[in-house]
Formats: sequence, C-alpha cells, structure tokens
Amino acid sequence: MRVRAQIGKVLNLDKCIGCHTCSVTCKNVWTSRDGVEYAWFNNVETKPGTGYPTDWENQTRWNGGWARSKSGKLHPKQGSKWRILANIFANPDMPEIDDYYEPFDFDYDHLKSAPDMTAFPTARPRSRITGERMEKIEKGPNWEEILGGEFSKRSQDHNFENIQKQIYGEYENTFMMYLPRLCEHCLNPTCSASCPSGAIYKREEDGIVLIDQEKCRGWRMCISGCPYKKVYYNWDSGKSEKCTFCYPRIESGQPTVCSETCVGRIRYLGVILYDADKIEAAASAERETDLYGAQLDVFLDPNDPEVIAAARRDGVPEDWIESARVSPIWKMAMEWKVAFPLHPEYRTLPMVWYIPPLSPIQNAAQAGQIAMSDQMPDVRSLRIPVQYLANMLTAGDEGPIVHALERMSAMRLYMRALTVDGVRDEAIAARVGMSGRMIEDMYKIMAIADYEDRFAIPTAHREQNEQGADIRGGCGFTDGNGCSSGDTGKTSMFGGKKKSFALPLESF
Amino acid sequence: MFGNFDIDFLIFGVMPYAVLAVALVGTIARYERDPFTWKTSSSQLLRRKQLMWGSVLFHGGIIVLFFGHLIGLFTPVWLLDTLGIAYGAKQWLAVILGGIAGASAFVGASMLLHRRLFDTRIRVNSSFADIAILVALWLQIVVGMGTIVLTLGHMDGAEMIRFMTWSQSVMGLQLNAWTEVVGVHWLYKLHIFLGMVIVAAFPFTRLVHMLSVPLRYVTLRPGYQIVRSRRRRPLEDRRRAHDARQAKAGPVAPAPAPAE
Repeated sequence: MRVRAQIGKVLNLDKCIGCHTCSVTCKNVWTSRDGVEYAWFNNVETKPGTGYPTDWENQTRWNGGWARSKSGKLHPKQGSKWRILANIFANPDMPEIDDYYEPFDFDYDHLKSAPDMTAFPTARPRSRITGERMEKIEKGPNWEEILGGEFSKRSQDHNFENIQKQIYGEYENTFMMYLPRLCEHCLNPTCSASCPSGAIYKREEDGIVLIDQEKCRGWRMCISGCPYKKVYYNWDSGKSEKCTFCYPRIESGQPTVCSETCVGRIRYLGVILYDADKIEAAASAERETDLYGAQLDVFLDPNDPEVIAAARRDGVPEDWIESARVSPIWKMAMEWKVAFPLHPEYRTLPMVWYIPPLSPIQNAAQAGQIAMSDQMPDVRSLRIPVQYLANMLTAGDEGPIVHALERMSAMRLYMRALTVDGVRDEAIAARVGMSGRMIEDMYKIMAIADYEDRFAIPTAHREQNEQGADIRGGCGFTDGNGCSSGDTGKTSMFGGKKKSFALPLESF
Repeated sequence: MFGNFDIDFLIFGVMPYAVLAVALVGTIARYERDPFTWKTSSSQLLRRKQLMWGSVLFHGGIIVLFFGHLIGLFTPVWLLDTLGIAYGAKQWLAVILGGIAGASAFVGASMLLHRRLFDTRIRVNSSFADIAILVALWLQIVVGMGTIVLTLGHMDGAEMIRFMTWSQSVMGLQLNAWTEVVGVHWLYKLHIFLGMVIVAAFPFTRLVHMLSVPLRYVTLRPGYQIVRSRRRRPLEDRRRAHDARQAKAGPVAPAPAPAE
C-alpha cells in the first residue's frame, strides 16, 4: 500500500442551473490572455450535444485516453511512445482551432465613433487571431446552449449509443441537462503520459496535474492525449495550458474559483486517500464496465486504522487524514455511491466526479399518473434516459446509476415525510439500503450544501515541502516566464514581447 | 597590414569562430535565462492544412541533410583511406542521398513557406525571426540543390575533400584553413556562408527546439506517468524515519476514534 492524498471534486448535476458563472469567473482569472481566448479551463455544455470542442467524446476520431492491448497492457490510444515520437512533426489526432471556435471580439468602438447615419450603428465581430472582419460567427464556446441548433446535429452526441435517439428529437420527448467540465486531474492522466518532454506531472501531495511551462516545448501530444480535450495549446506562447485546479488557492485552503463562485452550490471539494500501487491494475481492468468499480477499490477508507497508520508512515500530514474523514467527496462517492467518474472507459481514472440529475417523469401526463415502482417513482421512466447517463458516467452500466437516482428520490420522499408530515419514515430509507440518519446527512450536504459542508480543504504543508531560504526573494506566482522580463510574444532577442516598464502613477 | 586582405579570409577564416561563439553563448544564455521561450512554436492549431505534408517532408529531409553534412564533413580523410572508401564513391553517396533528402526538404519547405506567407492566420502570428529563418532555410536548400548540379560535373570527390579538410581544420584551430576553399565555385561559397548565417541565428529563432528532441521519452523514461513531489524526503526515507520514530515511541500510536 502506497498512500497518497488528492483533493477530489464532485459536481452535483441535479442542481446545476447552467448559469456559467463558473466558466466566466474561471476565464477572468486564468484565460483572459492572448493565445488562450478560445480556451475555457471550465466550460458548461448543454447535453445532449456535441460539446466543446465539437465531438470531443468521439475517441475513434480523436484517439484520446488509453487503449488496452490484448496482453492487458495500457498505452495511449494515439500510440505508444515510439508512435507518438513518430507523429511529432505533425500530430494527426490534434483538433484545429475551428474545432473549438475562432475567437472573436466586437467593434464596440464603432458604436460611439460612427458618423451620423440612417441606420443604427452595430458592433460587428472581428477575429482575435487575424484581426480581420468575420462576416459570420460559425461557432462559440457554448454553441448548443439550451438545445440550440438542430437535433440532427446535437444527436451526434456519443452518449446516445445504444439508445433509439430518433424519438428524442420529438418535442414531447426532448430532454436536456447541463454538464460543467474541467480538467479531471486523473490518477492515470494520458496528457502527462503523452508528453515527450516530461513537462506534465501529477503532484504527490495533492494530486493536482500541472504543466511545467518552462519544460513544455510545444510538441502538443498532450492535447490529443487528453480524452476530455482539457489541455489547450496557447498559440501565442507556443505552450500547452490547462486547468490548474487553482492550486495557489487550494494550497491556502480555499476552494477553486469555479467552486467558490458556483451559485447553485453544486461543487464539492475534499480529500480522498488512494493507493498509488493499485492505479495501474485498476486502469487496466478488462471490461470497461468494471472500471468504475476498480476505481472505487483504489480509494482508501480514511476511518480504517490500518489505512491511517499507512498514511502516517507515508508522510500524509495529520490534518489531511483528518480532512479525509470528513470529506464530502468520500461520502458521495463511497458511502452513498451517488457520484460517478466522467467516462471511466477512457481509463484515466478521473478525479472530478458527477452526481447524475433527476428529471421529470416521462409521459406522466399522457399516462395520467406517475409510473411508480414500490411506492417510489420509477427512475427508469425519468425524462433523461438512464442509459444516456450510464453512457456518460459508468461506461454504459445502468445498475449504479439507477441505484444512485433511487437514493436521491428516496431522499426527497423521506424529507417530504419529515418536513410535511413530521414523520421519520425509516421504511423509505431502508428500501434504498440506507438509514434515516444517513439520508438526513445526505440532505444536509447535498441539498442544503453549506459552505463548510461543501469544502473540506486542508492547507498545504510548505514547511515540509520547501526550504524557506530558497524561495525568499523569488518572483512568486507568475504567468509564464518566471522572473525574466521576456514575455511570450514577438520582438525581444529570444522571441519575447517587449514589455514596457511603467512606474505606478498613483501612490497611496 | 591589410595589404593582402581577402574577403575569403574573413568569411572562411574568421566567421566560423564568430558564428560558433554567438551560437554557443546565445544558446546557453537563452536556455538559462529564458527557458519559457524555448519551444517549437508549432502553428498546427491555427491551420492544419499544408502542415501535415509540409512539416513531415521538410523535417524528414532536413534531418537526413543535417546528419549527412555532419558525418560527411567531419569524417577524417585518413579514415576513408583506411577503410578503403574511394572518394568518388563517397561523392556518389552524398549526391544521391543528399539529392533525395534535398528534394523532400525543398517540397516541404516550399509548402511551409507558402503557408506562412499567404495564410493570414499564420502570417499575422509570425515573428520576423519565424519568417526570416524559413526563408533562409528555403534559400539554403535551393542553393544546396544547385551545388549538386555543379558537383555532377566533377565526380572525382576532390572538391568534397577540400570542404572536409576545411571544416576539420577550422575545428582544429588551424588558421590557414580558409585557403582550402578560396578556389571553389561561388555557389559552394554561398552555401557555406548561408549555413554559417543560419548557425549564428540559431539561438534567436525557433531552431533551438532541435536541441530538445525528446529522445529521453523513449529511452530513459520508465513507464508513462510522472509524479513530482515537493517533499524534501523521498518516500522510502520518510517510511524509515517514521518506523524509527515508532520503534522509539514503543507501541503504535492509537488511531483516532472513527468518525460517527
């Protein structure tokens, strides 16, 4: 057993209202720079839809994630090391910027500088890549917002596998949900495995996956390696960038920007202890439907004395072990089994998990009554097909999804009985294999979702990690070029942009 | 003092050393000072078209040309004699191999240059250095192909031996090396001159990425994953220290009571 800790994340899709606050605050903090205007470290997709970049879930097209050979060994789906090296001059599996969208801005200035005209002045779009006029915007970061576009296009969504999707094109059968996406900070990341320079790494202390900007050479294999397409090539700096899990915030015990600003309170952060020795075997599980269960086996019970002893021995700080025991992630993923990894079949063992959404009962009006099974609404007749959710979260295995949705609807039933009738109906809880006490805890964390319950983040232990004398007088957190003045762009001696040095004009 | 001054002396006697000094110092300075700018500057994201074929043809050709020149010029002449390789035979090898690789590099470089100059997305986001180095390389390939035509006129390998002697003498710090190449056709001279200009420009362009060929990825890197630890002590040390502490403290410290 080799115990490591990771700050894991769960998103409760049942409560996501698709407001995009996470995306916007993330963009303002991290990617409002040249070269990454098109990149959204966090984006929210309307599902069903082909997403961003278009068709990212189609791994026969992009070859992201891992492939398992007949001998049971894993290699990146885009090829093993030699194959990746052979593709270094031109990467056949990499999306073009048009697969995301061409970034644009509007001629706002025209609104106030236009001469006297008969027609009202307009702000027309202009490309952020070339600076040229764009006659028509073909695509944006959220092009399918609330079922925008034709169903024929949206139905290219890969989660429709094994579903008779034609019927969902009809008005009375349509359904939708939101899927906020960010880097999964996987236990078995393909991006880092594909990086020929060795610039992408997972941090031992908190599991955050980062790109060393000084080691990245721009070979761009990570972009095709990541099946979630969450590594972005900065076409201005020539380096890859990705979600940093807001590590400067996490290190000081604060939630990531997207989690902090989530108005729906759907995002949870907490410590998960895992056994690093089990990762390879879990990721190589033979059947894709076994991968979800295999990943559960990698996680370690923070209440098990043996695990605690091993964690101490391996140097996991005491407060991290404490945090793991109150982790909302542990509760939702392991105790209640309501959270699931996104596309486990990519074999990356992702660490950002999702609680599937409940949805209105399908055909209830038609039938004149709600389909009930065992006095509970039958989750199989929910408007969002269970198979669709299963294709997204459990490699197509409906069982765990049904189980989770039943627990979630049991929670509603139980709490209604408690608050309306004042009855603690243990029978409801028992039917889904829980106790009333567990359901009330689940209600507190998932429905009320107080700040303290959503985030249990221990601070980083710099005293163990760094020599204070080494970082004294350092340049702290910078974007890109460390202490050097040469920025990313075009004119300095080594190809950097000249940055003009300005004294602050105001003094306080 | 300047009575018998010769421009050939400046170019083939002095310039090589100036060029090597600039390339060496510049490269070290850039790697040390500005590691963030050390990159391939790939433009594949912005436009895939013409890059797939262009880049593969160009790189495939130019790598053969690079090592062909390196081995061809710096193999000691006595080694050829010992091995019994006829100069003419080596010349033929160079012409055939160089011709094929040169053709591939020419087609590739032309595609890439066309794309860089006439695709707005790429043009707008190119620096002066990006365009200049591509033009220089393209010109160098054209001139190099031109010298092949000249060479076909005298396949005895004598000219080739002069270039080998020159480059090896330059490396051996023999200051009279330049006299070797005074008499050759101006096209050869232009080729050498352009070559030196490219070497001098090396640290100031994207060419530096060739020093980062990720061979370690396939040779030294065990497995696929990379985990970095900021902890000062590696896992085994931590475990040993922990076990030693436990032994001193006696029985294992009790685990905290399980959470409710």
